[in-house]
Amino acid sequence: MRVWLTHHLEAARLALRRLTAAPLNSVLSLLAIGIALALPAGGQMLLANARHMAGTTSAIPQISVFMATNADRRAATEIESRLAKYGGVKQVQFLPREDTLTRMKSSPGLRDVIEALPANPFPDAFVVTATDDRPEAMEKLAVEFRQWPKVEHVQLDSAWVRRLDALLKLGRTAVLLLGTLLGAGLIAISFSIIRMQVLTHRAEIEVSQLLGATDGFIQRPFLYYGFLLGLGGGIVAWLLVGAGALWLRMPLSELVRLYDLTLVLQVLDARDSALLLGLSAGLGWLGAMISLRQHLRQG
Amino acid sequence: MIRFDRVSKRYPPGVDALSDLSFDVAEREMVVVGGHSGAGKSTLLKLIAAVEKPTGGAVLVGGQNVSGLARSALPYLRRRIGMVFQDQKLLFDRNVFENVMLPLSIAGFPPREAAQRVRAALDKVGLASREKALPVMLSGGEQQRLAIARAVVNRPNMLLADEPTAHLDNETAADVARIFHEFHDVGVTVLIATYAGDLFQGARRLQLDHGKLVS
Repeated sequence: MRVWLTHHLEAARLALRRLTAAPLNSVLSLLAIGIALALPAGGQMLLANARHMAGTTSAIPQISVFMATNADRRAATEIESRLAKYGGVKQVQFLPREDTLTRMKSSPGLRDVIEALPANPFPDAFVVTATDDRPEAMEKLAVEFRQWPKVEHVQLDSAWVRRLDALLKLGRTAVLLLGTLLGAGLIAISFSIIRMQVLTHRAEIEVSQLLGATDGFIQRPFLYYGFLLGLGGGIVAWLLVGAGALWLRMPLSELVRLYDLTLVLQVLDARDSALLLGLSAGLGWLGAMISLRQHLRQG
Repeated sequence: MIRFDRVSKRYPPGVDALSDLSFDVAEREMVVVGGHSGAGKSTLLKLIAAVEKPTGGAVLVGGQNVSGLARSALPYLRRRIGMVFQDQKLLFDRNVFENVMLPLSIAGFPPREAAQRVRAALDKVGLASREKALPVMLSGGEQQRLAIARAVVNRPNMLLADEPTAHLDNETAADVARIFHEFHDVGVTVLIATYAGDLFQGARRLQLDHGKLVS
């Protein structure tokens, strides 16, 4: 076991020595791989943040029904009763105008403005959860509620969340597609670089074969080279994405604040970081293996 | 130890390097294969190490038909054979010690034992003081001795050498020949392809001419 480990360490050391033997070539290769991987990794980071933002907002589609401001409590009670009995309504939550006023007064920015008003400007309101939350069913309910007496305004609260959800699904597909394409690209880059390495070390391979080296022995340093190349590219991608996140954090926070949302752009979490580094190293290793198998088969 | 049974080797587009060659080499024997350039001496050695496959007949090493060996079995055959190549095949980006270490790394020797063996082999060929030197810093004779050290570090029971004294002056060539004799004296089977057979006194001689055994 110790001998086996020693030989693997020796192969890894040799791979590292080859990687550092031509520093400019290696840095450019790592940059090429890193930039290619940064695209899907960055996409994944944005998706994770968007998912988090959507998750902190109500994702259950709801309808807000606002009474007219001149409607009295009796009218509101009638609407509540009508809503509760209405087919297609799952749950009704009544929001008395007094409660809304109290809640708004607790908001520091609004307190002074609201206290300056002569009367409560807020209407009674209901938050309705439908049994069928498909957009067309929700829209049908909204149209119906708008025709009821003393109902001033009906709003589909969660329409934007649904749109965001659809966008996230599209984003996930795009990231998967991009990741697959650029992953294949990484295999191709690793294949070509290892091919060049094999040609550079052709004499050594030939000598090793004549001295009784197995294919495994010959492949080992090259596989480590591919692994290190992929891993290095993954680290470059991780750093690029991290730097991008820090750079975008402030302007993005300001943008989403305009939509009454809060977002502090987070870098890739531990799981996604491990996935990025593991996949990049694995794909580098795979490219090297394909390249070597082809060479040894031809030899 | 080695048996050639009606062995032929033809290279495309129809050049016969060896024709219907049969001979035996006994264990612990020292044999010199002579002949002019192109007589088939190198091909003969390549067939023993299964670097080439015969187009006819069978090459047996230790009773095993090496031409029928699977690709995966070849490394284990070659580890039993020490080879000194005509062009030496030294690795010029590795120092003397690392060049000699290579067969032991391949064979999976523990590093400490391998280092001891490397130093013993270098001592045997008189290169103990040059272990840090790169091959390019060595003279022709030293490079040849380095190639011999690498061939014997594995302590093979058979040593093949292709023109080991080519391009060496008389004194250095005699020195190299002495090293082969020393290995033969300790029981290693030695087969040398050379035009300078006179250097290897006491060895049995096989003479090739146009791929055929003439004596």
